[in-house]
Amino acid sequence: MPRVNYEAPTSVEDAVKILAGASGMAKVLSGGTDLLVQLRSGRIKPDLIVDTKRIPGLIGIREEGGFFVIGAASPGVMLSGHAGLEHAWPGIVEGADLIGSTQIQGRASLAGNLCNASPAADSVPAVIAARSTVVIAGPGGRREAPAEAICTGPGRTSLEKGEFIVEFKIPKPKPHQCDAYLRFIPRTEMDIAVVGCGTNVTLDAGGTCVDARVVLGAVAPTTVIVEDAAKALIGHKLDEATLAALDKAAQAACKPISDKRGTIEYRTKVAGVLARRTAAIAFERAAAR
Amino acid sequence: MSKHHVTTTINGEPMEYLCEAQQSMLDVLRDELGLTGSKEGCSSGDCGACTIICDGDIVCSCLMLGVEAEGRAITTIEGIADGDKLHPVQQKFLEHAALQCGFCTPGYIVAAKALLDQNLNPTEEEARYWLAGNLCRCTGYDKILRAVMDAAEVMRAEAGK
Amino acid sequence: MSYLDKEALKVVGTRPIRPDGVDKVIGRASFGADYTMPGMLWGKVKRSPHAHARILKIDTSKAEKVPGVRAIVTAADFPDIPSEEAFIGEGPMNFRDLSRNCMARDKVLYDGHAVAAVAATSNAAAEEAVDLIEVEYEVLPHVIDVEAAMAADAPVLHDDMFTQGVEPKATKPSNVAKVITFTKGDIARGFAEAEVVIERKYTTQPVHQAYIEPHACVVAYGNDTQTTIWSSSQGQFMVRAYCAKLLGVDMANIRAVPAEIGGGFGGKTLVYLEPVAMALSKKCGRPVKLVMSREEVFRGTGPTSGGTIEVKIGAKKSGRIVAAELVLKYQAGAFAGSPVGPGCMCAFAMYDLDNVHITGYDVVSNRPKVAAYRAPGAPISSFGVESCIDELARELGIDPLALREMNAARDGTKTPYGPTLTNVGYLQTVEAARNHPNNQIPLGPNQGRGIASGFWFNIGGESSAAVHVNEDGTVAVVEGNPDIGGSRASMAMMAAEVIGIPYEKVRPVVGDTASIGFTFLTGGSRVTFATGMAVTQAAEKVVEQLKSRAAAIWDISAEAVEWRDGKAFPAGANAGSFEPLSLAEIAVKSGRTGGPITAEVSINAQGAGPGFATHICDVEVDRETGHVKILRYTAVQDVGRAIHPSYVEGQIQGGVAQGVGWALNEEYIYDKDGRLENAGFLDYRIPVMSDMPMIDAVMVEVPNPRHPFGARGVGEVPIVPPMAAVANAIADAVGARMRDLPMSPPKLRAELDEQDPPRMAAE
Repeated sequence: MPRVNYEAPTSVEDAVKILAGASGMAKVLSGGTDLLVQLRSGRIKPDLIVDTKRIPGLIGIREEGGFFVIGAASPGVMLSGHAGLEHAWPGIVEGADLIGSTQIQGRASLAGNLCNASPAADSVPAVIAARSTVVIAGPGGRREAPAEAICTGPGRTSLEKGEFIVEFKIPKPKPHQCDAYLRFIPRTEMDIAVVGCGTNVTLDAGGTCVDARVVLGAVAPTTVIVEDAAKALIGHKLDEATLAALDKAAQAACKPISDKRGTIEYRTKVAGVLARRTAAIAFERAAAR
Repeated sequence: MSKHHVTTTINGEPMEYLCEAQQSMLDVLRDELGLTGSKEGCSSGDCGACTIICDGDIVCSCLMLGVEAEGRAITTIEGIADGDKLHPVQQKFLEHAALQCGFCTPGYIVAAKALLDQNLNPTEEEARYWLAGNLCRCTGYDKILRAVMDAAEVMRAEAGK
Repeated sequence: MSYLDKEALKVVGTRPIRPDGVDKVIGRASFGADYTMPGMLWGKVKRSPHAHARILKIDTSKAEKVPGVRAIVTAADFPDIPSEEAFIGEGPMNFRDLSRNCMARDKVLYDGHAVAAVAATSNAAAEEAVDLIEVEYEVLPHVIDVEAAMAADAPVLHDDMFTQGVEPKATKPSNVAKVITFTKGDIARGFAEAEVVIERKYTTQPVHQAYIEPHACVVAYGNDTQTTIWSSSQGQFMVRAYCAKLLGVDMANIRAVPAEIGGGFGGKTLVYLEPVAMALSKKCGRPVKLVMSREEVFRGTGPTSGGTIEVKIGAKKSGRIVAAELVLKYQAGAFAGSPVGPGCMCAFAMYDLDNVHITGYDVVSNRPKVAAYRAPGAPISSFGVESCIDELARELGIDPLALREMNAARDGTKTPYGPTLTNVGYLQTVEAARNHPNNQIPLGPNQGRGIASGFWFNIGGESSAAVHVNEDGTVAVVEGNPDIGGSRASMAMMAAEVIGIPYEKVRPVVGDTASIGFTFLTGGSRVTFATGMAVTQAAEKVVEQLKSRAAAIWDISAEAVEWRDGKAFPAGANAGSFEPLSLAEIAVKSGRTGGPITAEVSINAQGAGPGFATHICDVEVDRETGHVKILRYTAVQDVGRAIHPSYVEGQIQGGVAQGVGWALNEEYIYDKDGRLENAGFLDYRIPVMSDMPMIDAVMVEVPNPRHPFGARGVGEVPIVPPMAAVANAIADAVGARMRDLPMSPPKLRAELDEQDPPRMAAE
């Protein structure tokens, strides 16, 4: 590995100062499960690593107002260990929990998964489907942005120099609202998603969908919010016709590539399958509330 | 770029070392501290042979920087047995012939110990998924799983559960 | 002596803890990368980014200036040795090829081919220097796939390679290194008699052994030209022989010390790093450590071949096979030497056939040189043959086990490759599979059951073992085979059984090349058979000495002494009346009765009994994603006699899991420029724990009379049947016949989409 500098600031302000003042490439280290792999393989050669885990609040989950506020560097194991969050948003927890092995779960964070900006990131679709926002600190102070605004393409984010994510704000579910996340991988663990799908639905008392968000991963340069898939669900119960329309809408939204993990044709078909399967789970969960 | 001075706890003992920022915890353990029980199989977090426990959670030491250990409590394979007394997971690995070449074994033992520390009664499926980040190419996993489940039984009996 | 009476055995057949076990569960065992030496330098290899290119120039001047760099080597630092066949590893090898595989000369032949290496005072300096070595290439057209490499207009890798085994003699260089044929009976007459003919083509992809320990070594080239090599390999004598040849030094000047080995499966039966580290160490006068990264393991070391398998089987409607024809085309990688030979030998060996014709092609292409992988060659041909047999069974409406039983090879069957079988247990495996409870479990929707059999001939060969009685009555066993899966336990058990002492009193050690006689490498399923035979014979010699020492103490003749339960007894009343003498009592007096009690035996073991297996695999297919779940797996195998049953089961289970990976997801993915795209465990997908069910290893014991305990090799045959077993189960579950490995989800889903209307399991 090439030589690099390391800083571990203990306040948001110091971190911003270090990041903004860095000459050369500075990378934020939260869980490090992507960063260290890229570092070792020589894919990136940063001059400075800024470890954010020593900043108070960057690790931890609190409930505040109508939100779960999740510290950006909180490891996956913390999310799956949080009973309130798991009950509220099982899909978000499932997505975060699917990132890598138990060992990876001890480190990998939501912010890292989002800012690594892979379209296949497992934690991202359900977070976006829940209409979450992220709080960003930077030289200009703090700003808030929808989670879907961060990743702009493979490996690219909308964060400016000196900016980093401090926390995620995830709204608490409304009555009869719930989510689900599924991904397809060739094995049962340890693969990158060939397709991922997060579905978040709100039902009325009779089981008809009144609001929905369907988000696909790994089928385009960024995650995709499939408006037509939501439309296929809203105003309907989960019958065969609805599922067929959902499947079609999900497939239509796919603009994947063929690569070592899947073909265009296969990814498109499986996107439809996962849209149906996540909808079925989310509907069942929402109806049970 | 000067080296970083790190003060940490490894296997219950206070430890200080110097390391460069880009050195992984695995590099530090193996090359600086002579703790070669943690193995490097991939250096990308895919094989689990370098598994250690950091503040209670298992992590791949290849995906952690040596400097990050500052103030943490680290347990490696060398710290699992209690002196000469093997941990039940170690004992059961021997009894069940759960190792063939033995290279992945340290990672499994650390990961399995961490599993049983938090869940003395895992189902087969829970154990299989918990350990899915540890690759073994020799055993087909059968005897490893049996060893872990048997160790759980021993530990339940010891705990009176 | 023979110990075939199982009832009389006290140690063999039990399941003691392995002698090296504690070290391996507490992290104390020393593997290849765990060694360090005073003054040691860190090495790093520079590798080709091109699949095929001429090396025009290597400029090391910038790299030499990196602080800490002590030596840089290229092919110029190795002797350019002539072509010479080597009989050192498992499978064909040429010293010249191996030299050029370790360090490219003139041309690079695959992405990852070594072109230079650096030794420096730190890893970081070595890496920096490797990046600064400038290699000028002339990129040449490349070819990856086997049939493309055989095409008339394919880029030729070696201008001096002319196809062997063809008439008339080849006059033009070709990528086909060799053509081999095996013929038995009259194939044309056989097919003329056939009432049903099934003719199919199957393909497999190269798969890597994927041992978890990357290659690693430390080499110290001494001032007195004595070199010590610590390395992880399947044979320290193999390492010594290759290094001596490749560096042009005497074998006597190399001592190769076996480290613990973190898996090999055949992939560590040749050298990659040791000669390079030795050249570096020679140049700078300090010990040098070389350790591969996982990416280097995938790009730079040998997988086994991928290949095409064209099978044609003719049968009577009764199911009796009357003719079988096979054409195998195996990738050898960049240099000749695929395992197509054993692929041909094993393909039909499960069957008693009158008319057989087999043709095999050994073909080079721009991939890493293949290395042995568990039953080298057999799983590839057997995937085709055992799938085709299943297709025949379905065509005829005959139960696949019944079809196999009807055509089974048995004692007296002459194999297509020559030998006549004796004392084999194939039929017993078929019968045990049929009767196993797992074969009766009902299947649900989209679930299926597949059957496949497999054969491996097993080998014996040269082995040495020494047995030393220590003064306190404990025993040291020194053997020459690296312990790759628990063989120390088996050696100790056989010695303990013969000498009649507790297993715990025997300590087995794997000796270095100066400490024990020559021993062929750990491979071919030979260790428990051949080295076990040497250990047994050495232990017997020790017993003879113990008897004569007791006789000396009692002052009676040695024939009047009987040895049992680790003690000397007078053979009968006429021998005299003496209290029995224990091993310890004799040992402590050995100095006064003739000196140390010790024996070394070196043999060339013959009569390795062939191994047969029959597997049952149950799967469930997700029709919408093409995902295959292995529900249960039953592997029946004739193991001769299980010395340590747990490690025999372990061999079977491990082979099955590797086969399942081969079947479902493992493959090499190359881009259009011939660069490997999945050189890591993330995208080279070996099975993980949650992919596998428990694996029921069922041991059938048909003792091998040529081994004192009846053992036969068990390590290789379990990887032969799984690919076809999985394919046959998928066909049973959803009616999709997968003839192209791996049977990955996208391929299976595409196959299912072809079905119109969808077929159900019952159809």
